[in-house]
Amino acid sequence: MDLLFTMLVPLIMAAVALYGMARRVDVYDALVQGAGDGLGVLVKIVPPLVGLLTAVYMLRASGVLELASGVLAPVLGLLGIPAETAPLLLVRPVSGSAALGVGAELISAFGPDSLVGRTAAVMLGSTETTFYTIAVYFGAAGIVKTRYAIPAALCADLAGFMASAWAVRVIFYRS
Amino acid sequence: MAMAAIWTGMVAVSVLGGLLLGNGPAVAAAAMEGAAAAVELCLSMAGVLCLWMGVMEVLRRSGLSEGLSRLLRPVLRWLYPSFAKDSAVMDSISANLSANLLGLGNAATPLGIQAARQMSRRSPGVASNELCMLVVCNTASVQLIPTTVASVRQAAGCAAPFDILPAVWLASALSVTVGVLAAKIFAKFWR
Repeated sequence: MDLLFTMLVPLIMAAVALYGMARRVDVYDALVQGAGDGLGVLVKIVPPLVGLLTAVYMLRASGVLELASGVLAPVLGLLGIPAETAPLLLVRPVSGSAALGVGAELISAFGPDSLVGRTAAVMLGSTETTFYTIAVYFGAAGIVKTRYAIPAALCADLAGFMASAWAVRVIFYRS
Repeated sequence: MAMAAIWTGMVAVSVLGGLLLGNGPAVAAAAMEGAAAAVELCLSMAGVLCLWMGVMEVLRRSGLSEGLSRLLRPVLRWLYPSFAKDSAVMDSISANLSANLLGLGNAATPLGIQAARQMSRRSPGVASNELCMLVVCNTASVQLIPTTVASVRQAAGCAAPFDILPAVWLASALSVTVGVLAAKIFAKFWR
């Protein structure tokens, strides 16, 4: 199992390339084109990250983040969520780039293979920018009465945060 | 405007908190570090992110999304019972979900919006149960390979950035299940 996950990246690459060849796709041309689109994505996320990482670094240096995590720690402890991830929980539903900034800072500060670093990564990977998505969809469809969409989506977010912390503990710490 | 308030709030709170807690000089130093860190992060993410966007483009051109869409139909008929016979809506929803699974966010959003528009014709201005379900499914992440996060981990010096995949799948599955169940339960009594 461990070898499978270590080899996952090259395995997926080989499988995708072979599948593409079988479907008569110009695999290399598609790869290069997609990688070029990747650069476009990066160029788009640099400006918001410059703004948000500056703010996140300042917040952490000011000591306010530790204070807030300390206040939230008892509640998060009950839910099984590491208190250090509190800032991530707060920004995740509101802004994708802010969450990426906060998450990246947690991952580099605590280390990518630490409990907090891994939990932050899994949270980023298993949740979405809820309020942004709701605004885009309902805005486009001209919906005024949103009924239970927001509470139901927030239930999914909370479940995602708790499940992330739990999954990391079970899979990496067997507890 | 929401972001303007959030960013201003973060900076103002840092300055105020830094002064009150005696961390003023640290805040000043941090203000100069964050921007450089953002650019460094993006540079060190660039390789892995571009590679995966390339692999995903191969998948897209291979027509995997269409195959996935067909596989997803039975589940979608259960999630959206009153549109089960409306093939135009089912096409948009299944294409939206398969793009989400493959992490093709740029493709998923227009497809989802198209589905939302088609659905809203039956109940203008009010979110029907089906439309709420569509939104909940799009606010829960179902991406199979979280490319961006993996590249952030790689940038932080992680040797196996994809070793979180099983945990991400588990957490995503639980989160989506809770969202879908919550929507189905709310649908029973919400006016």
